[in-house]
Amino acid sequence: MGPSLRPAATTPWWRNRRVVPFAVQAAAGLVVLVVVAFLLGNLVRNLTAAGLLLSWSWLDNPAGFDLAESSIPFSASQPYWLALLAGLVNTLKVVVVGLVGATLLGTAVGSAAFSSNGLLKRLARGYVELVRNIPLLLQLVFWYFVVFLALPNGVNAIQLPGLVLAKSGLYLGWFGEGWQWQLPQLTGGVWHAPLRLSVEFGALLTGLVVYTAAFIAEVVRGGIAAVPQGQWEAAHCLGFSPLVTLQRIVMPQALRVIVPGLNSQYISLAKNSSLAVACGYTDLYSVAETTLNQTGRAVEVVVLLLGSYLVIDLLISALMNGLNAAVQLKER
Amino acid sequence: MPALLSPLGPAPSRWKRLRSELFGSRVDGLISIALGAALVAIAFGLLKWTLFQAQWAVIQANSTLFAVGRYPIEQQWRLWLLTALLAAATGLSWGLLRALPRDQPSGQRWPFNDRLAAGVLVALALAVPLWLQLSLAIQLRWWGITALVLVLRWALARWGSDVPRRIQRLVPLLWPGLYLVGMVLISGGLGLIQVAPAQWGGLLLTLVASSFAILLCFPLGLVLALGRRSELPLLRWGSVVYIEFIRGAPLITLLFLGQNILGFLLPGGLAPDRVWRAAWVLTFFAAAYVAEALRSGLAAVPRGQLEAAQSLGMTMPQSLVQVVLPQALRVALPAVVGQFITLLQDTTLLSLIGLLDLLGTARAVMANPAFLGKSAEVYLVLAVLFWGCCAALGLGSRALETRLNPSEQARYQR
Repeated sequence: MGPSLRPAATTPWWRNRRVVPFAVQAAAGLVVLVVVAFLLGNLVRNLTAAGLLLSWSWLDNPAGFDLAESSIPFSASQPYWLALLAGLVNTLKVVVVGLVGATLLGTAVGSAAFSSNGLLKRLARGYVELVRNIPLLLQLVFWYFVVFLALPNGVNAIQLPGLVLAKSGLYLGWFGEGWQWQLPQLTGGVWHAPLRLSVEFGALLTGLVVYTAAFIAEVVRGGIAAVPQGQWEAAHCLGFSPLVTLQRIVMPQALRVIVPGLNSQYISLAKNSSLAVACGYTDLYSVAETTLNQTGRAVEVVVLLLGSYLVIDLLISALMNGLNAAVQLKER
Repeated sequence: MPALLSPLGPAPSRWKRLRSELFGSRVDGLISIALGAALVAIAFGLLKWTLFQAQWAVIQANSTLFAVGRYPIEQQWRLWLLTALLAAATGLSWGLLRALPRDQPSGQRWPFNDRLAAGVLVALALAVPLWLQLSLAIQLRWWGITALVLVLRWALARWGSDVPRRIQRLVPLLWPGLYLVGMVLISGGLGLIQVAPAQWGGLLLTLVASSFAILLCFPLGLVLALGRRSELPLLRWGSVVYIEFIRGAPLITLLFLGQNILGFLLPGGLAPDRVWRAAWVLTFFAAAYVAEALRSGLAAVPRGQLEAAQSLGMTMPQSLVQVVLPQALRVALPAVVGQFITLLQDTTLLSLIGLLDLLGTARAVMANPAFLGKSAEVYLVLAVLFWGCCAALGLGSRALETRLNPSEQARYQR
């Protein structure tokens, strides 16, 4: 056996398939390790110097601030963890209602792109182009400061069937005592209703729904476009009306494409709800910000924030994966 | 479908097509009339408000603040110089692009889109300074800058093909060079007086932060995307963890982390200034999303391409750079530009951590009692500005897409 028959001896080490991957990984791992160790070392040193070493006992201290809006009973004398929990509940409230609203509006706009009416089709396209090219934060402050804070109060409030829009809040008709349908009523210049939403909630919800619906509309449009044209034609030949065709024949097939796209839009709606602070709604982020300003516990607060949003994202993903499994084509 | 069943004949006139689209059936007619009436009412109301009810003094009085923030007045000549340089570079590149032979199949030096763009530019240069009631000296500067773009565009389109190829090839290098010059002009150094980032504001801060993040997030995203598709487990898992961590967190919490924790993570004094912290967070945030966009492009390149390149004896970096990436980038382009547009929009979040970007400046201006209750005017102007920038980016991306994809050109033309 001459040396010329052993390729390993002639291949330079930097092209050796056994050495290079190992070396690259070792180098990358080493760099990451050194950087992380450096940052963590600094963190521990700086936190010790500031007397803020990781601790969670402050969560039990009284918060000392009130929340403008809370779905669970809360007052300033109650602990921080309850304040943060109230913020989380507020976040979940706007996310859940927003998901439903954005899905309905988005589906309507996305389907309108296939209307036989030219004006409706172009209007749907125009809505998407208008909303997607304006920053969400700008839209939120617009809805809050320009629209909702400009609502009239008292007798002049905008009265729709079962719904009153006033600067003091949004009043909805709902089942009151003894399951009796109750409409908003004006007593002594003040509106009363079984269900009152704050204008902050209203502005955030409107902004999130209008913005996310534009993206959902694109997902829905893509999904419907993926269904072969022959399906429409076949249904037309069988005498189905366009609306029934969409509902019974096209949508069930389009859902297989739509659901994975919806997942990421839902997650981005949940994350975008953290912009609530721009229109004065007390969501998790805004409570966390106040908490940090009062306690200086930066690391713990950020860990709690990131963890909470991660859990919300995972929950949405899990639900959507379940839905995805349900709408997928079942083959034998 | 009626269109399929109708016998072949002359194409229906535009009027007939419009009629069948709007009044094809009775329901369609009703919808068209209702929608049309609502649209006309909205447009009329908006026009009436814009022309007669809105008070634009809030914009006119604060136009400098919206443009550059609290940038020192005696140093603002640097920004004018930068604008003029940018205008010159735009005119040069635009003209040269039209002078190159492959762009003139029909021998047109001024295609329709260019005439349209030039017209819009002139209209804006005439109308906006007048509407903002800028002083004549500043109006003249804007006219001069517009003229510079158009004159260079005209001259280069006419005589650009006579320019030696060696010099033509240098033009793309103009832009990165100009970026560095611009950063020096804005922040100072090299004999210029330092202007601290805290003094930047308005459109200037928005553009600096977004351009910085756009430029840096791309290479970072590329590394992450390659890492995520790598066969080496350590690189793959590292990239996955980073991308999923960033994508799971709202941007505002990461900006919050940057402002409050970065100081603890770095040794004393090394942590950058608040503006740069935010710009870096934007960069690292966008990198994860760009990585996902690029990954879809990489996935679209058949595996055989890489294998063929390697069997030709190319090393891994060679085959990536020369074979895989050019194909992947073409596919990923729309998604990547989409992320850039999102990034430009995301710079508004700087206003939530107390920085004076466009939106932050707007909020600061409206806190002034003299301009209380003028939020509609301010937000409308910002919306128009953002919409224009994002729509232009989107159009540019679509144009580039067709340009890079000659074989598919016919498919996109309607």
